[in-house]
Amino acid sequence: MVVLKDLTKEELYAPGHRLCAGCGPSISIRMALKAARGPIAAVNATGCVEVSTTIFPYTAWRIPWIHALFENTAAVASGLEYAYDALEKRGARKGKVDIIAIGGDGGTFDIGIQALSGMLERGHDIVYLCYDNEAYMNTGIQRSGATPRGAATTTTPAGRVIPGKREWKKDFAGICAAHGISYVATASIGFFSDYMDKMKKAIEVDGPAVIHVLTPCPLGWRSNPADTIKLAKVAVQTGLFPIYEVINGKYKMSMKPGTLLPIEEYFKLQGRFSHLLKPELKDELEAIKKGAEANYKRILGLAGEPVTTQ
Amino acid sequence: MYRKKGKFTGEGVIPYSGEGSTVTIEGAAVCTQTGCAYTGNEAVAYAAKQCNVDVVSAYPITPQTIIVERFSEYVANGEVDTKFLAVESEHSAMSACVGASLGGARVFTSTASQGLALMHEVLYLASGLRCPIVMAVVNRALSAPINIHGDQSDMMGSRDCGWIQLFAENAQESYDLTIQAFKIAEDKGVHLPVSVNLDGFTVSHATESMKACADEDVHKFLPPRESLFKVDPTTPISVGGMALPEYYYEFKRQQEEALQLSKLFVNRVGKEYGKMTGRRYGYLRTYGLEDADAAVISLGSTCGNVRSVARTLRAKGKKVGAIKLWMYRPFPREELFSAIKDLKALAVMDRAISFGAPQGALCSDIAATLLNTGSDIKILNMIYGLGGRDIPPSTINTVFTDTLRAAKTGKVKERINYLDVRE
Ligand SMILES: Cc1ncc(C[n+]2csc(CCOP(=O)(O)OP(=O)(O)O)c2C)c(N)n1
Repeated sequence: MVVLKDLTKEELYAPGHRLCAGCGPSISIRMALKAARGPIAAVNATGCVEVSTTIFPYTAWRIPWIHALFENTAAVASGLEYAYDALEKRGARKGKVDIIAIGGDGGTFDIGIQALSGMLERGHDIVYLCYDNEAYMNTGIQRSGATPRGAATTTTPAGRVIPGKREWKKDFAGICAAHGISYVATASIGFFSDYMDKMKKAIEVDGPAVIHVLTPCPLGWRSNPADTIKLAKVAVQTGLFPIYEVINGKYKMSMKPGTLLPIEEYFKLQGRFSHLLKPELKDELEAIKKGAEANYKRILGLAGEPVTTQ
Repeated sequence: MYRKKGKFTGEGVIPYSGEGSTVTIEGAAVCTQTGCAYTGNEAVAYAAKQCNVDVVSAYPITPQTIIVERFSEYVANGEVDTKFLAVESEHSAMSACVGASLGGARVFTSTASQGLALMHEVLYLASGLRCPIVMAVVNRALSAPINIHGDQSDMMGSRDCGWIQLFAENAQESYDLTIQAFKIAEDKGVHLPVSVNLDGFTVSHATESMKACADEDVHKFLPPRESLFKVDPTTPISVGGMALPEYYYEFKRQQEEALQLSKLFVNRVGKEYGKMTGRRYGYLRTYGLEDADAAVISLGSTCGNVRSVARTLRAKGKKVGAIKLWMYRPFPREELFSAIKDLKALAVMDRAISFGAPQGALCSDIAATLLNTGSDIKILNMIYGLGGRDIPPSTINTVFTDTLRAAKTGKVKERINYLDVRE
């Protein structure tokens, strides 16, 4: 297990970038790079992290880093991996490079899922890291396939008739696991040790691995920047964002299921859910509670745990 | 900052000497070549094989598929060391090429039509990130309606994407230009992607006799790629970051400068290749322009037909000529102008419609070439061959007749002529 005092002091992700105070994705990147075991290279999709860390002529990356486009990160990383292999074969370079492909939830769940699926199916030795702030934040908080039901975004506003997003969050980990890859994990920056352990495992795996990490966004979630880590914890503790691993197809919960916190504890910290706490939307809140519970139980079931939320 | 001043010397304009189809170069043809019969697609695949490509990433589409299939066979049979990446789309094919090229690898791909259209945003990425990727484009019509046959709408739709664009007339040129393309692209003075265009079916699927170099000669001509920069832990650079209004424009201006200057390398490589094989390449090939009043300019396979009709007409005493454009981007403005300036009329063959534009794409470029030169050459624009419609010698004969008439009368009847179409 990763403990604080063992963490490297080396910062491969330099301070001074332009991400917001309390930015969850930024924290997730810093932690991920601290889990590196040796030389790494990153390919980063268009999104908040990319636009805010490399505004020319500056860069926050002390590793080789490529930004290509929004939806092709997994494909660019695939090509890079093959280049390293080919050059090694003809004696033009030496040594393993761990490649990490990084995308937001929009670049991953939605527009980039085809390229990712291809990368997983072809078995590239790449870690795909999806930082999930549950909307397209860079373009101003639009819904994605990762936005949870009920959340207000600029394309799913909490209106007089429609109370925020109607659809459930995609089962992204399930989709990745269905490719038959050997390592998939969900994680939260609220549990840094667990997240970094998973990152390390993902790097060690031969072949593709996927980490889906929850990263609150104060701007998009309309939360206090000081609450980012707290939110990342409560999301897990309410059962809304279960953290688990899928190792060679076998699900394993990362935290023993205990008593779940009421969802309201999570919602009340964020403006994007505030409408759901109004009495007139009681039924919608109930529906979300039911859905979240069913999803949590589904995963407990897959992990072979007793299916109880009490 | 990169500008090289200097007068135009007529370099890169290669006349056909006499009736033969190859240029004889003194002291040339030092390498032994084997006669063989290949289709355009096979010729390209064979050239890529001889070029010791590190990574190929591609996706099948008619009429390009055979290139991918042939290459897969080379890989499966252990005839090449290439890492072959059979991706899930053309968007990913070009994206993987960008990743591999930035990693320092020699990279090749090929596509056509919808595949090129799907790659569109990645084409700009490849040139903007200065990736010396080589891509064969087997020119095919674009949907809708769907049509798998040859025309040049696909590449014309991407003509301003920052790539060097070469057009081959036949299998031999497809082979020759593919080998040259790597040397041009990877030169540290260029570092830009190159597309080698061959007409769907007419070139891609027709078996022709041609000559191929020995592997060793190609290897000598094209040593392994040495990258100017690469994304590697030994040099932890950031590539593709964000450039705001205070920098973006300079990046783009420098890219344009690099593309314009790349023509010097296209010519230099064409000369070097000529020394090796006896087949000298450059920007354009002229026939009969010494005394022609009227000429026809075209790209790709049509050039052969045009030249053949011109030959017949010249035998009858008509003062006609033909121009084949090998290099479409960067557009060889000065060289083309010097070649056509004494003509009275020029027909420009466009195998694509630029919807809503005043003329076809090639014609617009030629009109721009003549702009402010005081030239009074009459320009006739011919749109032809869309969706694989045949372009028989009789049609080309009509084109020459019209062009000769314009040369004589100084009058052009139609702004655009749509050849052989039912209206
Ligand atoms: C092909 C394409 N479509 C749309 C965009 C505009 N765009 C840039 S970033 C972005 C949203 C990114 O969302 P996400 O992946 O969730 O990352 P985040 O911004 O939240 O970090 C969008 C829609 C683009 N760059 N490219």
